[in-house]
Amino acid sequence: MIPAPFRHLPVDSVDSAIAALAEYGDEAKLLAGGHSLLPIMKLRLATPSVLVDLGPVASMSSIRMDADDLVIGAGTRHKDVQNSQLVAAAAPLLAYASSLVGDPQVRNRGTIGGSVVHADPAADLPCAVLALNATLVVQGINGRRSIGVDEFFLGFWTTAVGEHEVLVEIRVPRQPETGWSYQKFTTRSQDWATVAVAVSGGRITLASMAETPVRARSAEAAAAAGGRADQVGALADEGTAPPADLRASSDYRRNLARVLTERALVEAAQRR
Amino acid sequence: MSALSPMSPARPVSPASTLHPTSRVEMRINGDTVAHEVEDRTLLVHFIREYERLTGTHVGCDTSNCGACTVLLDGDAVKSCTVLAVQAHDHEVTTVEGLSGPFDGRSAVQEGFRQCHGLQCGYCTPGMLMASTALLADKPSPSALEVRHALEGNLCRCTGYQMIVDSVLWAADHTSGAPVAASPGEGAP
Repeated sequence: MIPAPFRHLPVDSVDSAIAALAEYGDEAKLLAGGHSLLPIMKLRLATPSVLVDLGPVASMSSIRMDADDLVIGAGTRHKDVQNSQLVAAAAPLLAYASSLVGDPQVRNRGTIGGSVVHADPAADLPCAVLALNATLVVQGINGRRSIGVDEFFLGFWTTAVGEHEVLVEIRVPRQPETGWSYQKFTTRSQDWATVAVAVSGGRITLASMAETPVRARSAEAAAAAGGRADQVGALADEGTAPPADLRASSDYRRNLARVLTERALVEAAQRR
Repeated sequence: MSALSPMSPARPVSPASTLHPTSRVEMRINGDTVAHEVEDRTLLVHFIREYERLTGTHVGCDTSNCGACTVLLDGDAVKSCTVLAVQAHDHEVTTVEGLSGPFDGRSAVQEGFRQCHGLQCGYCTPGMLMASTALLADKPSPSALEVRHALEGNLCRCTGYQMIVDSVLWAADHTSGAPVAASPGEGAP
């Protein structure tokens, strides 16, 4: 499979990327690691005529602490997040979820920012950053703005990033000492999550249960009220209407959400 | 599939023959600097196979699942069906043809697959060799479980994987400088 023809436009700064987006508008797509975009271009589900390649923008790949926030450049590859001591100390859930993305070859190319803006509801990192209460920093013609993760995922493959904006940083507040867990259920090791559950600091989030990663709010409320893991888990699918596909029926997904949430809470409690 | 046999000379490329955007792409493949004017949409695997005639790198699923097209890009294992040739511009690529070593010209990983029968039809083998080579460069004495995790991105429909894991562990045991791996529970799935 070959992508439809396009022009490759490497840029050496975020400002140049924004200028290219402003010039080409709908015709342009941003390319980072390419492990979400290139597969859908090969399927011709996306046919941009200009690919603005952020690969040469070295400054987008970085991991640092800023006061109590872990700050990760959007162009940081999964393998670097997975192996980072800083991430392991400040947000171990993120390091672990990154280690489960795709397979080693995918993690050598794919980037955290690319995965987050691609916003596939079955992906690991959107679910993880939602649980971590991250802030997404985007840059546009008028400078930078921050978007709270609860306002970030708008729909299937759709985020609050504006048309001429670039996601530049993912900021993760240092996690409270309340334990964490990420439970990913797959039938094949390298697959998307049939369902996944992330737990951190009182937040419980679900992958593959809706058009976006979602918070299990009833379960969060029950956990905050001191409910046992099984009681909280039983509420995890409340209000969801998950899709049915070749991997799982809707009912099976709801069952998985309940079971995995209970497991996640038990594991998180052990990590306190 | 190309109608040309693998023995054909590299396809002559004329920029004038295409209406689509092209770029001059230069990279080092197995130590040699190569350059071609290619369509921007050219995938790295096609650059390697059709412009350089290095047909050891296979196209399997063409959807970044199977790993048959695995090559090393700046030392990292990547799926060359999901990398654009233009993204490898000015970078270093190693393909299966670039492997060599003290075992009658073969590397320890190649010899391990030979000794332990780590292949049947051989289609996945170039990708298995490259992913295994990357693993051992990073971790010279992996456990059997670590080998299995490192090869998650490489599918084999013949062997059932056991002989492949054995092959990689053989290579780890026969790489000079690497201590012989202690392997309790070796081979457990």
